[in-house]
Amino acid sequence: MDFEVTGFQDELADGIRRLCEGRFPLEAVRSRESTGHTVDRDGWKELGEAGVFHLCLAEEAGGVGLGLAEASLVFEALGRSLVPGPLVASHLAAGLVDGADDGTTVVGLVERPAAGAVGTGCLPVVVEHLADLDVLLVLSDEGVGRLDPASLGATPLPRPMDPLTPVWSVASLPDAEPVAGPEVAAWWRRDGAVLTAALQVGMAQWACDLAVAYAKERVQFGRPIGGFQAVKHLCADMAVRAEVARIAVQAAAVTVDQPDVGDPDVAAAGAKLLADEAAVTNGRSCIQVHGGMGFTWEVPAHLAYKRARVLATTFGTDGALAEQLAQSLADGPAPDHPH
Amino acid sequence: MDLRYSDAEQAFRSSLRAWLDATLPGLPPKPSPDDWPGRRAYDTHWQRLLFDAGYAGVDWPVEGGGRGSSAVEELIFKEELERAHAPYVGVNFVGLLHAGPTIIAEGTPEQRARFLPGILRGDEVWCQGFSEPNAGSDLASMRTRAVRDGDDYVISGQKIWTSHAEVADHCELLVRTGPEDSRHRGISWLILPMDSPGVDIRPLHTIAGSTEFAELFLDEVRVPVANRVGEENDGWRVTMVTLSFERGTAFVGDLLEAVELLSATVGLARRTGAWDDPGVRRQAGHLKAELDALWALTKRNVSQAARTGIPGVGGTYFKLAYSETRHKLGEFSLSLLDRAGLAAHDLEGTDGLGLLPAGTMVEDWLRGISLTIAAGTSQIQRNIVGERILGLPKEPQGAAAGKG
Repeated sequence: MDFEVTGFQDELADGIRRLCEGRFPLEAVRSRESTGHTVDRDGWKELGEAGVFHLCLAEEAGGVGLGLAEASLVFEALGRSLVPGPLVASHLAAGLVDGADDGTTVVGLVERPAAGAVGTGCLPVVVEHLADLDVLLVLSDEGVGRLDPASLGATPLPRPMDPLTPVWSVASLPDAEPVAGPEVAAWWRRDGAVLTAALQVGMAQWACDLAVAYAKERVQFGRPIGGFQAVKHLCADMAVRAEVARIAVQAAAVTVDQPDVGDPDVAAAGAKLLADEAAVTNGRSCIQVHGGMGFTWEVPAHLAYKRARVLATTFGTDGALAEQLAQSLADGPAPDHPH
Repeated sequence: MDLRYSDAEQAFRSSLRAWLDATLPGLPPKPSPDDWPGRRAYDTHWQRLLFDAGYAGVDWPVEGGGRGSSAVEELIFKEELERAHAPYVGVNFVGLLHAGPTIIAEGTPEQRARFLPGILRGDEVWCQGFSEPNAGSDLASMRTRAVRDGDDYVISGQKIWTSHAEVADHCELLVRTGPEDSRHRGISWLILPMDSPGVDIRPLHTIAGSTEFAELFLDEVRVPVANRVGEENDGWRVTMVTLSFERGTAFVGDLLEAVELLSATVGLARRTGAWDDPGVRRQAGHLKAELDALWALTKRNVSQAARTGIPGVGGTYFKLAYSETRHKLGEFSLSLLDRAGLAAHDLEGTDGLGLLPAGTMVEDWLRGISLTIAAGTSQIQRNIVGERILGLPKEPQGAAAGKG
């Protein structure tokens, strides 16, 4: 047992980090705010060339043949640069949709609401990044279907909550051309949860870093505010939250790769639950540490908070994830006495 | 990242498991919690059994008489003991986890020969005299004074939170040998024989009703200079060296106990019908996610220690997160007990509900309250994360604090 990140894994993640810093600096990402088009096609192809989408695809299918452990580190790095776009969907689609693997085709994903779903049954379907998509996949328990994005008749929503996640509303999704069955849908849900959680961990860390940097330079009462325990402890809690979630995500990814060490579905649900929480809470704390400036559009603190809320609605929401985990407890033995 | 155990690690686990299966049924009945002579006898007997089987000081280096196991084997050792419900380290805690490693690292050959075998064999019990009534989080402000008089130190002062003092043979004692305001630079580490004249022990009662802690009053107690470990005034460094022995496994037993408590709490909820409430299920599910993550974090910390030989920052992260999770778990189980949680007694439920584990749950909840306080409060831990890991400006220190 050696649960330390290997040198190879570290280098892989570092390469993506450097690519993101060079290709997706924050000012370049922000220049696409509220434009309706956040996917930079050339940048997307560079991500494809770097392996972001075909990392887990078998070598005989043109992929790199690595595991979800490696992919989770790569996605954490993407999250840490707030790279926008349907990253998880395009990764999952590699091997199923031509051109997804090398980034020449941008693939989006939307969940088909289950008939009679409690709490969401009467809500419209909201689709992300529609104007940038070549293919839209629809995920349901029955499997994965394929739609032409232009065929949807979707209504653009001019004030997206996250300025880097443009959204459209669809009254109801048309029937999609089936491209994969229920087994694929099940593993997409699991791997999608882990990779989305990895993006959330990256953003939780980004929010922590931004808050700490500001707390060191902002002076009030003659001292940097990070010297005051009230602020210092907010920052420390952000660091702890990000780290615990990071470990949960990495453990879940390894459990998917090495299913004899645990239950991959349960590990994925736990990781997504904690990572969503870490990203959302750190996003809010980051704004708080910035004080009034944190409430301005100019300071980027709000970007992580908003994106975290977007990702928290995909691949399992908190209530459903906690229910899934509870179910795993109830399935286990129920001892009468703890000792 | 590999979570699979190697063949050698699995072999270590199976032989340990076989030994536990063969040994545990032969243990005498557990003494009552307040029967300290009985607890000493029980815990030291267990330590002797471990010693005879080659498991004493599993985490100690071979040169100190220990087994010299890898950090991963140490993890397996603690995991298997907890899963088998083997006795805790009990009164051997300070000797095995603190005084022994300190003497291995900093003691003289004579001190090692005199004190280490007694700890490993369970012959001698140690307690810790570090904290003082006015030196808790700010330990370096301690005032218990040791003055040289020939070949002795003469010591006067007061210590607190001295666990198992009543049944201890020796105390690892921090004393002020430098000037009053010398803080970290004027502390020495001594071995105090507990039967020395002038040592007065007064038990403390915790909010859990337990009596494992005591106050120690020292009135002109004479301790030979030969009992000093490390140089005079170098005791702070000596103490810190000991901490580098920690390999991320300090809370393994505790964490697995929490996993079992959650399982028992879910069992209770299913029997009472509370499980039909989605709010209850979600709380349980969330706690499961937290405990799973903490178990993974333990494995990360152990893996890091195995590679580098030194504890990483993960231990601080672990303690902060774990203590909060444990509080939540305690409150959760207590809320499910409802009014059956008003006493720390297992109660027979009505309608064939079976025995409700209120005794254990109330005890666990109460004991868990100490987790955000003991071994560095969560507030101090957050300062450590903020300053040493995130690089935020330091708190005012020592004498400067009151004047700032």
